[in-house]
Amino acid sequence: MTATAGRLTALGRAELTLLLRNRTALCVALLLPGAMVVAMKSSLDQIDPDNSGMSAAEAAMTGAIGMVLILVVHLNLVSAYVARREELVLKRLRTGEVRDSEILVGTALPAAGLALAQCVLLVVAGVAVLHLRVPERPELLVLGVVLGMVLLSALAAVTSAVTQTVENAQITTMPMFVISMAGSGLFVPLEVMPERIASVCELLPLTGVMTLVRAGWLGGADSGDLLGAALTTLAWTAISVFAVRRWFRWEPRR
Amino acid sequence: MTSDEYVIEAERLRRTYAGGFEAVTGISFSVARGEIFALLGTNGAGKTSTVELLEGLAAPDEGRVRVLGHDPRRERAALRPRMGVMLQEGGFPSDLTVAETTRMWAGCTSGARPTGEALKLVGLAERSGVRVKQLSGGERRRLDLALALLGRPEVLFLDEPTTGLDAEGRRDTWELVRALRDCGTTVLLTTHYLEEAESLADRLAIMHRGRIVTTGTPAEVTAARPARIRFVLPKGVAAGRLPLSLRAAAAGRRIEIRTHHLQQSLGELLLWAKESDVRLEELDARSASLEEAFLDIAQTQTAGV
Repeated sequence: MTATAGRLTALGRAELTLLLRNRTALCVALLLPGAMVVAMKSSLDQIDPDNSGMSAAEAAMTGAIGMVLILVVHLNLVSAYVARREELVLKRLRTGEVRDSEILVGTALPAAGLALAQCVLLVVAGVAVLHLRVPERPELLVLGVVLGMVLLSALAAVTSAVTQTVENAQITTMPMFVISMAGSGLFVPLEVMPERIASVCELLPLTGVMTLVRAGWLGGADSGDLLGAALTTLAWTAISVFAVRRWFRWEPRR
Repeated sequence: MTSDEYVIEAERLRRTYAGGFEAVTGISFSVARGEIFALLGTNGAGKTSTVELLEGLAAPDEGRVRVLGHDPRRERAALRPRMGVMLQEGGFPSDLTVAETTRMWAGCTSGARPTGEALKLVGLAERSGVRVKQLSGGERRRLDLALALLGRPEVLFLDEPTTGLDAEGRRDTWELVRALRDCGTTVLLTTHYLEEAESLADRLAIMHRGRIVTTGTPAEVTAARPARIRFVLPKGVAAGRLPLSLRAAAAGRRIEIRTHHLQQSLGELLLWAKESDVRLEELDARSASLEEAFLDIAQTQTAGV
């Protein structure tokens, strides 16, 4: 176990150094979530709060947590996995003692840490500046964020398998981005959707995470909904992990 | 045969790529403990495809590999701490410095040498603050070697370790590899430099089109090959006047003689030239070198297909 911890630290540290030296990735990770919050807020201002049960600020700030997960974890990690694969770093690492799973987790650590820090920042800012309530059930909020990071890291590894170059990552990450924005309640709360569409949207990868995050921060979800959300997320995670084991590419295509 | 005798054992290895191209076509060889074994061949001969099977990076379609008695794919965890690998190219994030790269690798290696010591071994200590992307091709090869040596491996796989190095860097690497061998490390290397195989390898195998064409010590491989005599006949002297016993091959006035008895054939030739009062221009006679053997094999194999 200590050997694993040592290897993860070594990989994570190197990856953090690379993230800090990659200006594009850093800008996307640090600035884009903030810009998206502003955009979301103005979109959500149009929606009648009585229908969704959330104020625009509440919807925007909880949606921003989902946004951070997508932009900082998914988008960032797809680029990182592809870049390391194309530079033959993954192949070289596999000649050493590191296990395959450790390579994937170690590479994901800095992005996950950065996302976590931004989520904390969003909660603090929401409470202190926008006068939102203190998280009602912090354990659910933490569960949602952690599950979201695991799921989106695994999805990033899957996405990297169909991404030929780092530049292509902007295209291959679009479906996940658009589907989550539109269907997982980031821009439009599911509560204001027609029921049939909403029930389909509940099955999307990030919807369960968003349900947990909103219930954790704002309270008010019943335990049936929460169980369903957790199970959907776990199912997506299991599918993604299976897909990674099956299809992840460790070397560039020859 | 125990793993104490043979560190690397390859039996009837076959590797076919997705498109149906057969890169390795059923080769067998073994490498003894403390031996430097070279796979020599032109680009595309199947050297890297073979080494990847030995390293456990790819699975053979047929055949069996044992390294230190382990299956390098299924028993990867047991084997990795005891082996060092240098891939044919790259494998380092270009934005990390030499020191950062070495530290990362050391953190992933049990019982690693101090990073400074590893860099000093390959003469990169004074470049430790430089980013990998700013290194020359030769410096990158040396960084790769330093990382392969970090865990003090028992078996070392070096895929074209000196490509891109200048003459001095190449000699330094040879010295280092010999020193490692003298300390008991088993080394398998690939190269397309004949002099490298000739001066470094205890034994070698020449690969051509996915097969091992010949194998043995450098002396054994060259001993089986004919020596060569070349010269140009003066104008007006037909090749037909040469003694038949010399079995000369003529291309215009240029003559080539291949012989397993160099002294005898040369004596016969010179005697004939003196008696016939013929001046042999550009006369050149040499024993078989590894280069001759290699070119000879490449030519005959190509012609045979």
